[in-house]
Amino acid sequence: MNKYFLRLLASVLLLLGFSMKANAEFKVGFVYVGPTGDHGWTYQHDEGRKAVEAAGIKTTYVESVPEGADAERVIRQLAQSGHDLIFTTSFGYMDPTNKVAKDFPNVKFEHATGYKREHSNVSTYSARFYEGRTLLGHMAGKMTKTNVIGYIASFPIPEVIRGINAMTLAAQKVNPNIKTKIVWVFTWYDPGKESEAAQALIDQGADIIMQHTDSTAPVQVAEKAGVWSFGQASDMQRFAPKSILTSIIDDWAPYYVERSIAARDGTWKQQDTWHGLKDGMVAMAPYNSAMGSGLVNEVKKLQQDLASGKAHSFTGPIYDQKGNLLVAEGKVADDGMLAGMNVYVKGVEGDIPK
Amino acid sequence: MSIDINFLGILIGAIMASSVPLILAASGELITERSGVLNLGVEGMMIIGAISGFALMVITDNLFIAIIGSMLSGLLLSFIFGFLTQSLLTNHVASGLALTIFGIGLSAMIGRDFVGIPGKEFPLLFVNLKEAIPLLGPIFFGHSIIFYFAFLLPFGTNYFLKKTKIGLIVRAVGDSPMSAANQGINVLLVRYCCILYGGAMCGLGGAYLSLIYTPQWIENMTAGRGWIALALVVFATWSPLKVLFGAIIFGGITILQLHMQAMGIRIPVQFLSALPYIMTIVVLVIISRDSRKIKLNTPTSLGQIFYKEK
Repeated sequence: MNKYFLRLLASVLLLLGFSMKANAEFKVGFVYVGPTGDHGWTYQHDEGRKAVEAAGIKTTYVESVPEGADAERVIRQLAQSGHDLIFTTSFGYMDPTNKVAKDFPNVKFEHATGYKREHSNVSTYSARFYEGRTLLGHMAGKMTKTNVIGYIASFPIPEVIRGINAMTLAAQKVNPNIKTKIVWVFTWYDPGKESEAAQALIDQGADIIMQHTDSTAPVQVAEKAGVWSFGQASDMQRFAPKSILTSIIDDWAPYYVERSIAARDGTWKQQDTWHGLKDGMVAMAPYNSAMGSGLVNEVKKLQQDLASGKAHSFTGPIYDQKGNLLVAEGKVADDGMLAGMNVYVKGVEGDIPK
Repeated sequence: MSIDINFLGILIGAIMASSVPLILAASGELITERSGVLNLGVEGMMIIGAISGFALMVITDNLFIAIIGSMLSGLLLSFIFGFLTQSLLTNHVASGLALTIFGIGLSAMIGRDFVGIPGKEFPLLFVNLKEAIPLLGPIFFGHSIIFYFAFLLPFGTNYFLKKTKIGLIVRAVGDSPMSAANQGINVLLVRYCCILYGGAMCGLGGAYLSLIYTPQWIENMTAGRGWIALALVVFATWSPLKVLFGAIIFGGITILQLHMQAMGIRIPVQFLSALPYIMTIVVLVIISRDSRKIKLNTPTSLGQIFYKEK
């Protein structure tokens, strides 16, 4: 019995040794917070991964990795198994990524939507989703009849708060009577909870449903209830063909390909990337013709202006809920302020949960 | 904001709809437990029911087949549990936990090809009455047939356990399998039947989620409802009618907190998600002070391995 066990152990160790040796090839790893089939956030990251693969670079991915203790284990595992560049694609992977990066100085790490670059082998990247939110706000303000906009929010982090503020500011500009109702679901991906939240908002008078969560459940609820909605991260149009006015699309592919090639060729450098409509990291799905061509053209014009820098999502004067001036008239918010945004602008109801 | 009467009706209706999977799974598990078997695999059986129902709906385009199939799949999974615990005499707790882990993994594997497919519209009954009657309309009408079945089930279960001979046999087996066996009752057969029934009801509860409540397949979509159903059986002190009551409370907590948020009332979300379990513990503490109440309904041999010497 013992002899067999020892033999087994020996062969396992041998196999392990082989697998470690066989890792000379350049490999890129991806860590996803949801399943690749969520048709939202993770789906788009996986499209980016496929583009890297198409560029002739080997990739692996791990999906549905919870933010927390598990994340560090998975990232470490990828680093140990010979991946040279690892993309960690959710805000909650921020600390685990930096922790693992410290132990693997030769592996490059890219963390999405975070701000911590504690070691020289950690880069961060994100998209200016708020530019898309500005467009949604403009449409929402024009399309609402009840003047109540329902917003399903995930976690109270700057990125989400920035989206709420950008949307509200744009909607107020075209319709001063709008009210933004927010429900925090404290999850990125729980279709059951997301649809309950959408239903709760509709029951309370919202005729526009907007989400900062990743599943298609809210737009499906909106379709059923006959109210307008917006897709998130990916074009969700086919899940709610009548209801969706447009979707904000995250296009990670060019960035992933560029960074992977840089890492392979040894030209990779630590950086902080924040691209928007201009660079195409944020794109808009086709606009629903139910809005009327007048509004569609208006939004397209605004989209161009945001891309060219002629317009900015956070143009002063902007006040917070208490009436303190955040951005002076004629000025725009700088990136530092945007990155750390943790107050609601005037006109948003309720408090940010702790 | 003022709450108008129609809104109240919609709110109560939404709470009741969200409690349906809990009622179904807990009613099934209650029968299993009353026969003296503790099956902790509720979550696993629900998720298997959810994927089987959805997959069959996509493949056959027939909701009836989907519903029956989901019950059969839950039943099949519970048969594995039954075989392990009743025929091979393994530990109930360990086998049940294994069943949950197995069910979640298997459903994710089967479900790979069914992610991102929009579900089919499930027919709702009495939709015109829903609009016509204020308050009561949105509460009682415009729901699926499974909804009505779920709300009648606890009454049926209560009648079955209290008034029928077979119900009496189930209770006897759960309270003292040895005495029941000496009376000539086939303990093994009774327990197998109760386990399979429990599995079928859990499967149906899962199918309610994937076919009616959020008509789509999502990995791990039961999201802990199986565990809440298990807590619910204890919370109800093994009484079917209290299951109904508890399910509405447990189901209502989620819906209420979302509505309260939309109204601008803030409560810590984490506290509310823990509330069903906290309430179960409180009930356990209360009933443990009054042993008569426990003795009334608790199956005495719950979770014990029964072995009849031949």
